Amino acid sequence: MTRFRKRRKTVVVSFAEHEADILANLLRNLVELLYDGMPPRATASSDPLAALLDSDGPTAPPEDVVLQRLLPDAYSGDDQASSEFRRFTERGLRDGKASDAKRVLAALEDSHVDEIVLEPDEQLSWLRAMNDLRLAIGTRLGIKDEDDYSTWEKLPDDDPRRLTYDLYDWLGYLQSALLHNMR
Amino acid sequence: MTTAPSELESPEIDEAIELSPPWVTIVWNDPVNLMDYVTFVFQTYFGYSKQKAEKLMLQVHQEGKSAVSNGNREAMERDVEAMHSYGLWATCEKS
Repeated sequence: MTRFRKRRKTVVVSFAEHEADILANLLRNLVELLYDGMPPRATASSDPLAALLDSDGPTAPPEDVVLQRLLPDAYSGDDQASSEFRRFTERGLRDGKASDAKRVLAALEDSHVDEIVLEPDEQLSWLRAMNDLRLAIGTRLGIKDEDDYSTWEKLPDDDPRRLTYDLYDWLGYLQSALLHNMR
Repeated sequence: MTTAPSELESPEIDEAIELSPPWVTIVWNDPVNLMDYVTFVFQTYFGYSKQKAEKLMLQVHQEGKSAVSNGNREAMERDVEAMHSYGLWATCEKS
């Protein structure tokens, strides 16, 4: 069972070995997804201006529904403005999310998972990465605004969505417990 | 002879208003983000008090959306980008 405790300004997380493995696998998938379909970045020699302005990002929304949720349009009902926004920001947003996920992965791989010490700036990366994982899984499950959570919680054991929902629920617990211990 | 205002004067005022239309950042409700986390993001990124952050979070939750910041368009695009980095669903629009 995962435990969190506060130690001065740090938060100490203890995972069981199999929990750390599950989390690491989810994070690796997320990093892979975030880099999926991204063209190589412009370089000073290929397109100096784009490299300088960091303006060579994609202009169309991603095809994958999870990426659409992680990288939503910035304007509702204005495709052109949304597209310009993407060109300048999407690459950086993908990099930032991947870097949060990789930071958590590094902690899981480098530490004894029964005692991972999170410094304040790492806590933020962990929070954001947990949130991105929940968004990814919630989107794949098709959790909707109008859903009554009790129907998800009462899914029968043989429902194919049961395990995924349990994972989603566990990540919510991790995020919430971390947040609680940061205050 | 009447002293009609010179043609330059009134357009100048209109232009001044149009140059800085107030834009807002809207955060939309979604079924995944935890209420505590949304409050935390508003406190951390915008530096809002806990009370103000909770009020905005509840507005998102109960009314479906809330205008969480306002300013010029560039500033609102920065706020939207920051909200997306935290996984909140945000857009900007003219208020």
